[in-house]
Amino acid sequence: MFKSNPIRTDRNITYIIKIAGYSCILFLALIFFFLLRNGLPALKDTGLDELFKTIWYPTEGYFGILPLLFGSLLVTFTAVLIALPFGVGTAVFISEIAPQAMKETLKPLVEILAGMPSVVLGFIGIVVLVPFMQKTFNLPTGLAALTGAILLGLIAIPTVVSIAEDAMNAVPQSYRQAAIAMGATRWQTIWGVTVPAARTGILTAIMLGIGRTLGETMAVMMVTGNAAVMPEGLNALIQPVRTMTATIASEMGEVATGSAHYAVLFFIGIVLFVFSLIINILASWVSTRGRKRSERILS
Amino acid sequence: MSRKFLFVFISIVLISTACARKEDSSGNSISTSITNTGSDTIVNLALAWAEQYQKEHPEVQISVTGGGSGTGINSLLSGTTDIANASREMKDEELDTATENGFTPQEFVIARDAIGVIVNPGNPVKELTLEKISKIYKCEINNWSELGGEDRPIVRLSRESNSGTHVYFLETVIRLGSKEDKSIFCPKTLLLPSSEGIIAEVRDNPNAIGYDGLGYITSEVKVLGIAEKISMAYVIPSEITANDGTYPISRNLFMYTRGEPKGLIADYINWIVSPEGQSIVTDLGFIPIKGN
Repeated sequence: MFKSNPIRTDRNITYIIKIAGYSCILFLALIFFFLLRNGLPALKDTGLDELFKTIWYPTEGYFGILPLLFGSLLVTFTAVLIALPFGVGTAVFISEIAPQAMKETLKPLVEILAGMPSVVLGFIGIVVLVPFMQKTFNLPTGLAALTGAILLGLIAIPTVVSIAEDAMNAVPQSYRQAAIAMGATRWQTIWGVTVPAARTGILTAIMLGIGRTLGETMAVMMVTGNAAVMPEGLNALIQPVRTMTATIASEMGEVATGSAHYAVLFFIGIVLFVFSLIINILASWVSTRGRKRSERILS
Repeated sequence: MSRKFLFVFISIVLISTACARKEDSSGNSISTSITNTGSDTIVNLALAWAEQYQKEHPEVQISVTGGGSGTGINSLLSGTTDIANASREMKDEELDTATENGFTPQEFVIARDAIGVIVNPGNPVKELTLEKISKIYKCEINNWSELGGEDRPIVRLSRESNSGTHVYFLETVIRLGSKEDKSIFCPKTLLLPSSEGIIAEVRDNPNAIGYDGLGYITSEVKVLGIAEKISMAYVIPSEITANDGTYPISRNLFMYTRGEPKGLIADYINWIVSPEGQSIVTDLGFIPIKGN
């Protein structure tokens, strides 16, 4: 007969949880080590001055990653500008305004949308959005940064909605009741009380949205045209761009292991890693600062 | 963010499986499965061959995947595929790597392919010289009106640089076959990940110019007549013009094996170059090799 000793069970489970927790750190360290080991030779072999040039044609030895860097930033920034108002707006609607029945339908629908494979959206993009953009704005080609940004915005919106809505739902009902008791209108309650109280969660949602956009590969590769042009001015939005992720995805398969091109692709991986690190650090910095302030306001 | 972790994780898995596969394939030579990877140009043809061959030899398993000529040759070098399909010849560096890995790749010409230069059916331009096309892709000609077309910007389409078609087009058309010429596709060129993507964009966009293997070109786009020099006649690509050499942009398609093929792999390749294997080449828009 197996009889469990509660103290021993407790200890074992604690161990398992500890291992799970530490393994996460271990994996992150391993990934970082792996990236550095494969990517740093690029600094030695190719050199920083070569890497920060503006022509990317790696099969002939042009390793300028600047067009890719700015391509990624341009598409990500524009996509976030699109996803932010729609995402937070939808979250406010679902959490604060929609009647119960609608809320219960909308939330799962948004979550299904969040789980949609991006290649499917890319396919829709290529068949519907690309010809539409070309005709509507009379562009030379619909395969452009803006098309990619719209698509990425659509991909990021469900992530933003889902997390922001959770955060607003977690705001205690008593806050809203207090606001209404003070004579605030519904809009004043949302803007002055609920949203500030859920600020941390909303910021997390936005940061995760940025992360999702920056890291997205398949959909951008299908609709942005992948031309490594340096973006110049606002016009760049309607021109093709090549992002860092699309470059890694489309070129990793062909490079000879250990070659200069291989190292440079890993170097791009390091750049992406650093970017998401910065976003995460910003997110935690802003949210801890935000929390103190909202706590001050609401206490 | 987690996407990058996933990518690295997948790379680790791939690398570890690659190592595992290597030991496996060198261990048994009497296996009944063949892996065949490489050129996206050839992939449909290779699939058709595999299907036909498996019908005749039901005990044989042939798995065919694409990815590009570079990808196929890399898999051959790392030992993860038995046969690499390539729409270009192996580069010197690749041959060096093969020697380092202890084998000499065997080359087989398995079919010929003509590359058509395509535009939107609404574009009035019907024919171009190689030099004009070279200038278009070097961004020296930027508007269709310079070529007798409408006043529209030119949008250049190409496959990604891992495609053998890309490399062939660069050497034969953009550099006009000159070894000293170091010009490249100008950065404005759109690099699309698939042949289908190029056809779709040319079909929908009257500004676009693209190129693709004859097997992929559909009737929804217009194929241009090409002249090698201004004094020569403009030729539309076809089986006849590619084989008699009057169409200037046609090339051999290759399969590579790790050293002299043995057993099943030798049998398969012999069957492909036999008249029986070559009989399905035309159905897929390619050109059978002469002789045999």
